[in-house]
Formats: sequence, C-alpha cells, structure tokens
Amino acid sequence: MTSLSIEGRARLVGTDINTDYIISSRRKRVTIDPDELRKFIFEDYDAEFGQSLAPNDIIVAGNNFGCGSAMEVAVTVVRAAGIKCVIAPSFARAYYRNAINNGLLPVICPTENIYEGDTLSIENRDDALCVTNVTRNETLNGEALPSMMIEILNEGGLASYLLKHGDFPAQL
Amino acid sequence: MTRGATITEKILSAHSGRTCRAGESVVCTVDAAMASDGSAPMAIDYFNKMGGKTLAQPKSIVFALDHYSPPDNPATVALQDRMRDFTAKNGNVLYEIGAGISHQLMIERGHVRPGQLVVGADSHSVQYGAANVFSTGVGSSDLAAVMLTGKLWFRVPESIRINLTGALNPGVDAKDIALEINRILDPADASYRALEFSGEGATSLKFEERMLLSNMSTDAGAKAGVFAADAVTEAYLKDDTTLQGAVSADENAEYALDLTIDLSSLSPRLARPPVDGAAAEIVGIEQDIGQPVDMVYLGTCTGGRKSDFERALNILKAGGRKHPCVQLIVTPASDRVYGDIASNGMLAEFVKFGALIMTPGCGSCCGTCGTIPGDEKVVISAANRNFTGRMGNAKARVFLASPEACAAAAVTGEITDPRSLLP
Repeated sequence: MTSLSIEGRARLVGTDINTDYIISSRRKRVTIDPDELRKFIFEDYDAEFGQSLAPNDIIVAGNNFGCGSAMEVAVTVVRAAGIKCVIAPSFARAYYRNAINNGLLPVICPTENIYEGDTLSIENRDDALCVTNVTRNETLNGEALPSMMIEILNEGGLASYLLKHGDFPAQL
Repeated sequence: MTRGATITEKILSAHSGRTCRAGESVVCTVDAAMASDGSAPMAIDYFNKMGGKTLAQPKSIVFALDHYSPPDNPATVALQDRMRDFTAKNGNVLYEIGAGISHQLMIERGHVRPGQLVVGADSHSVQYGAANVFSTGVGSSDLAAVMLTGKLWFRVPESIRINLTGALNPGVDAKDIALEINRILDPADASYRALEFSGEGATSLKFEERMLLSNMSTDAGAKAGVFAADAVTEAYLKDDTTLQGAVSADENAEYALDLTIDLSSLSPRLARPPVDGAAAEIVGIEQDIGQPVDMVYLGTCTGGRKSDFERALNILKAGGRKHPCVQLIVTPASDRVYGDIASNGMLAEFVKFGALIMTPGCGSCCGTCGTIPGDEKVVISAANRNFTGRMGNAKARVFLASPEACAAAAVTGEITDPRSLLP
C-alpha cells in the first residue's frame, strides 16, 4: 500500500455496533443503491449522528464493529457517506472482509484515547497502519493487513481486482 | 510428534491443495455458494463489475427468495426479478418464494455434504456446519468472486473446542445450549475462530439440534460451527449424500480455547432485548418470569423445524389454550416442514389455538415481511438475533428463547418457565 494516507475527524460510536445499526435491513428490501441508503445510515442507533456524518470523517468504534449480518450494504452505505476509514479494536469478520472488498480501510487499533472530533491521520508505515491522533499528539500502531487484502485495497476493491486479474493467484 | 489437525484445518487443506494450519491464508475451491434475495442482487452487480460472463459452476450456485417471502412492494419484486432473470440466463439453482429459508433448503435439498467447503451471503450460512461442512457467511462481493472463479481466499481460523457432556433435561433445549455458549464466549474470543463441537453431549444431539448450534455460532461471533459426521448425519441427509468425505479432528489437534458445558446443568435461558445499543444480555429465564408478552414468534432458521413445532405444540396442549392477548405467529422453515406439520395434523392444532400461519421463509425475523410488532410491544421469539429494530420496529422489545419457552409465554401471556407446563 504505497500511497495510503487518510486524514479526518474522529466520529465516535460504541461497542458491538451491528450491521442493522449501521443500516436497517428493512431498508435494503426497497433499494441497494448506497446513495439512497445513506439517508438512513445509523437511523436505529442514533439518526442525528448518522445525518451529521461528513465526507472524510473517520468512524471510531469499540470492539466487534459490524457484528451481526454479513450484508454488504452496511459497508457501501458508509462509503456513500464519504467515509474512507473505520478504526476499532476488533471487527466482525464479514464486515472486515466486506470493507476491504469495497475500498473502506478497516484499522484494528485501540481506540480508548480517541475522542469525538479529534483530528486523526492514518498512514501505512513499515508493515503497520499508524494512527496519529493529531489533536492529542499520540501515535498508535494499528494491525498490518494481510498481503492479499493490501492487493485488493490497492486495486480499489475486489470487483476491480478480479476485473483486472480474472482469478485469484493459485497460492498466497 | 507433529501436531494434528482440526476439522477446519483438514477441510481447508483439502480444498486448497496443500496442508495448511491456522493463521495461514489460502485460496480454496468452494463446493457450493448460496445467496438470498437479501444479498444476491448485490452479488449480481459485483459479478457484472468483475466482468463476469458465465458462472464457474452453475449448479453449485444457489439463490433462494426467502427474506421477502412474499414481497410487499414493487421495488422488492424488481430485486427478486433480477435474480430470476440472472438464473434464466446462467443456469444456477433458484428456490422460489415459499420454498423456505435458504439455510434449511441447502441441507434439506442436498446442496451440502460432509467434508465440503461452502459459503453463503448471509451470516447464518454457518448452519451447514451441522453436516460436517466448513461453512461461513460472506458478503455479496466475496459471493460474486465464487460465482466467477469457483474459488475464494481464506485465512485459516483457529478452532475453539466446545466439549458437550451429559444430556439435556426435559424442557431444556438446544437453544439454551446456544444461548449459554453465547453468554460465556466473548465475541473477542470467538471472532475469526471456528467452533468445533465434540463430546458425548454433541453425539447425543439430534441433527436439527446440531443445526441450531451451528446456526448460532455466528451470533457468538465465530466464523463457523462444525460437527463431526456420524450415523445421525447420514440418517438426516438420507440418500442425497454419503459419509465418504466426512472429516474428524485428530486426537492431538490444537485448539485456541477449550470450553466444556455440562448439558445436564443447563436450565432455560433468555436473551433480553438490547438496551441503549449494548449487546443482548443472556440470563436464566427465572429472572424475567411474569414479564407480559404481546407476540410469540415460532419460526426461523433457528427454531422453525418440525421438531421445534412438536415441542412447542406439546406445551400449548399442556396449557390448554393460547392467552387471548397474545398474537402467535407460526412460520415453517420450508415447504417440506409445512407439508410435514400439515400432514401430521399439527398445523390444524396450531390454527385451533389461534396461531397465524405465515409463508415459509425468513418471515418476521428480520422485519422485512410478515407481521411487525407495534411500538412498545414485547415479543418472545425462537429466532437467533434480537438487535434493536430487528423485527421491523425499533420501538418493540424482542426476547429470544427456546420454542418451548415461547409456547409457554403464548399460554400464559407472560414469560414463563416451560418446565412448569411440561406434559
């Protein structure tokens, strides 16, 4: 991941944020268009918070972010809100994969010292994802991504990866 | 001595063409892949973006119209029609509205066999683990990758051994085992790991009980929930399959965690509605006895099979009535389950008790079709999940329990220990 560098404002949510909180599953029965779904982001968790999200905000969560359903609209709706990165100490597995597959960077990193509105900067350095809290002058090392995920992210997601390569490599 | 392998490591090794161990990443051939109307339309979009022209293995791709069964508006019908059109062109398998819940159909209609590697674009695809399958839930993009290539990459998970001892007491259900596992296991422990069920308690479980435990392994945060195959597996899968590919763990396999649960020590459990965005708290049912209930839901991929309805009906019959203030909903997991309970007279008995019988499918479980609870109403459900808003109304409160405990609440109009109503 050569060019990765993201800067934005920390937007805090709690622990065990399930996919239905991110986007209610009843919404996707009418449309799977992320720009339409964006109107309802976080509506059952905190609708006001959802509407206040702005492009380049960074979602900062507690453990087990994206638990529950494997529905991918829970990632595409976050992308549609202009968000490029989510930081949490742990992610639900399907959410983590879906994030990578759609070009949303999931950073596994402790978040207890990050506060609402802090300015964060994320950079890829020496096999670790560095999270710098500019507001509090503190740098944390997030978990490095598996190489396959870096490749997918570099291509902009799984669809463009497979459009380019046609297949997975025989061995990783 | 080299260490042995878990069921998970063996299945992923066999499908990647090399011996792999937990922590490694591998590309595997996938034996079958499922998508529902909740995930297939998006998978078709990704497939097209990948430049997909034809399916790698059409007969191994299964679509099921279960989440919106039946649909209640033209936009949903349009999403389902995209699946029908895709199927007409590409020759994959498609189950129509009313056939039932994808996870039930995958097992019931012979799409999975012991030793296989299967994915589904729905988190409860872990259910096929009951048939000695490594199966896990993926998103629509990963599903599209399987449609295109017949393969997917995996990080081989560590396993947690769930050693079950003893036997369940009357009125205590496999659901109570699952809730107990989910109470004990921190999602941080279960995440990225597979549960492997073993011990005499596991072998003593009926196949439908194993399906429930595998199904709810995702609600514990796990990537899969796998059983060994035995005569019980063979009998349930009938002639659709054989035990030829069955895989068992080596004696000296390594586990990230060992958890023993004495089934005879369990009592009925309850998952309470989540409060203020926190995860659902799981308690003994005695803590909430007397809580008034407005709706009782019997159904879903967790609690909508013939044996579930049998146990629930026994409680209703022992109680002699349905409480007049309770709305009782019955949704069979598949058309076969529907046919079975119709032909043995159970369906008519449910109707006599005042139950509302719904089309086989996901029904009210995720609030996308079927009956929706009103504001401030209290539901007790045989389902696996009770996130706020889950049944279509964020202002309703949903408790999860066994079919027996649900039926007991239907009798009394309040949360009731089902053991007090055993026939």
